Amino acid sequence: MALTETDIAFVAKLARLHVTPDQQPALKHELNLVMGLIEQLQSIDTKGIEPLAHPLSVLHDIELRLREDERLATNTIAQRDHLMQNAPATADGLFLVPRVIE
Amino acid sequence: MALFLDQYADIIALRQALDNKQISVKELTQTLLGEIKHHANLNAFVDVQADLSLAQAEIAEQSIACGQAGALTGIPLAHKDIFVTEGWRTTAGSRMLADYRSPFDATVVQALLKAQTVSLGKLSCDEFAMGSGNEHAATGPVRNPWDLDVVPGGSSGGSAAAVAAGLVLGATGTDTGGSVRQPAALSGICGIKPTYGVASRFGMIAYASSLDQAGVMARSAADLALLLDAISGFDPRDATSIETCRAVANAPGRILSDYTRFNNRNNTQPLAGLRIGVPNEYFGDGLNNDVAQAIDQALVVLESLGAKRVSISLPNTALSIPAYYVIAPAEASSNLARYDAVRYGHRTETYTDLADMSARSRTEGFGEEVRKRIMIGTYVLSHGYYDAYYLQAQRVRRLIAQDFQRAFADQCDVIMGPVTPTVAPAIGSLSTDPTAEWLGDIYTLSVNLAGLPGLSVPCGFAPGHRSQPLPVGLQMIGNYFDEGRLLAVAHQFQLVTDWHQRRPGAPT
Repeated sequence: MALTETDIAFVAKLARLHVTPDQQPALKHELNLVMGLIEQLQSIDTKGIEPLAHPLSVLHDIELRLREDERLATNTIAQRDHLMQNAPATADGLFLVPRVIE
Repeated sequence: MALFLDQYADIIALRQALDNKQISVKELTQTLLGEIKHHANLNAFVDVQADLSLAQAEIAEQSIACGQAGALTGIPLAHKDIFVTEGWRTTAGSRMLADYRSPFDATVVQALLKAQTVSLGKLSCDEFAMGSGNEHAATGPVRNPWDLDVVPGGSSGGSAAAVAAGLVLGATGTDTGGSVRQPAALSGICGIKPTYGVASRFGMIAYASSLDQAGVMARSAADLALLLDAISGFDPRDATSIETCRAVANAPGRILSDYTRFNNRNNTQPLAGLRIGVPNEYFGDGLNNDVAQAIDQALVVLESLGAKRVSISLPNTALSIPAYYVIAPAEASSNLARYDAVRYGHRTETYTDLADMSARSRTEGFGEEVRKRIMIGTYVLSHGYYDAYYLQAQRVRRLIAQDFQRAFADQCDVIMGPVTPTVAPAIGSLSTDPTAEWLGDIYTLSVNLAGLPGLSVPCGFAPGHRSQPLPVGLQMIGNYFDEGRLLAVAHQFQLVTDWHQRRPGAPT
């Protein structure tokens, strides 16, 4: 099944990426080559086969750990400021973004 | 290239020189920092901070002076720029993180610091580890020390080039689809990726979380054993970190103890009883003849040490390419959604609203290959396609993992074959078909899909670009948690061969 220009525009929107009209033809061509490769999977009989999400679950059932919901040593104002140093824009410990609600 | 580190065969040799005060850690560090600058044309390093390296050297030196040195004290290493590091920049080879400063060290980086190694900086890689030639890096291609016009492999290409050139004795790497083993093979060094969950992923910038695994690269299997043992261990901060490996605690000491046990068979047939499974599917169309010959000769050497060659079949090998290129992009599209231009990373200059700010920033910050994989991943996960593509790929993944389990159950102890179908290609020679580059990953992908340990050791040369001889790697794949045995087999091979001692620039 080949991707159309409409599909690509929709996927780009979901992926939060811009695709300019002049990039469309090449991208469409490349993505369709990839989809052609992936299509091979459709003909494989996998009836009764469980999807393998964690590789070691081939050996035994894997349960992912959860940690206690407790205050961590990093939850301090000083740590917060340290962690926020990489933010493009901040004020008073908050991340700044363009106005969303007028 | 005659480099300072060339006079030391391996980590043990350099450790002796440091303990005997033939050279101090600080002198060594200064010398190597100079050589790194002198070999900037390799484009392997993306960040060097002399003062930080010298501070680590100082600590190692004090430890030696007090007689408290460990097996890795003072050993010069460098980290793939996918591990976050305090002090050194962390960019994942992307414009997106060009100005990012990590507030903490990755667990693997911490472990090597605790072992008193000295970090000489950060090493280039394909953007977010997506690539096989280190050509998709924001800072440009890395050059292979064996021939400056060919790629070092990828995505841990800077790590491979730095070790191969002799600028460091070891390096960290990450392996999602072959990114430690493949560059090791193409650059003529050794590399290992352990079982999924043995090394912590905490602080390792995520590409495809169910496949990503940290690994190490060095000159010999013996060096790999020391380095891998140091970075292995349970980490509560990584949800998929393994607590026990076949009832043995996942902690430093486990791999070295297995390694020592398998090596302690002091006779002329150290590999007696070892069954080497050789998959038919790894020797089909597409495998270069000279590469095939080098692999065959390596197997003959292993047979002379007592091993037995067994022909096996891994029937679903070819499906690892489509399965991987559904699962990895799907996980990547999800992982890379975090780069929203709000909390960290590149933010564009002009925008209309929040969605436009995010999309513009992501389009500017991500390179072409990364954008393409995000698009594929988003598509295969989108409504109506999830079952047909993603779940189907995860089912095929189980078939691939079962192939290996069948072989290990009663046919063989280790599996061997090539790492790559050819030697390193010339820089810029890859075709415009994006799937062509991926076909080169055929022998490595299934190991990640199954979560098995795999290593690569140099086993010969084959003519490459301009008919120059370029390194060939032998891949060894083990069953879960069998890192120690794999390394011991590789070590026995290296006791009777000298491929791993060849250096670029010297006659091959």
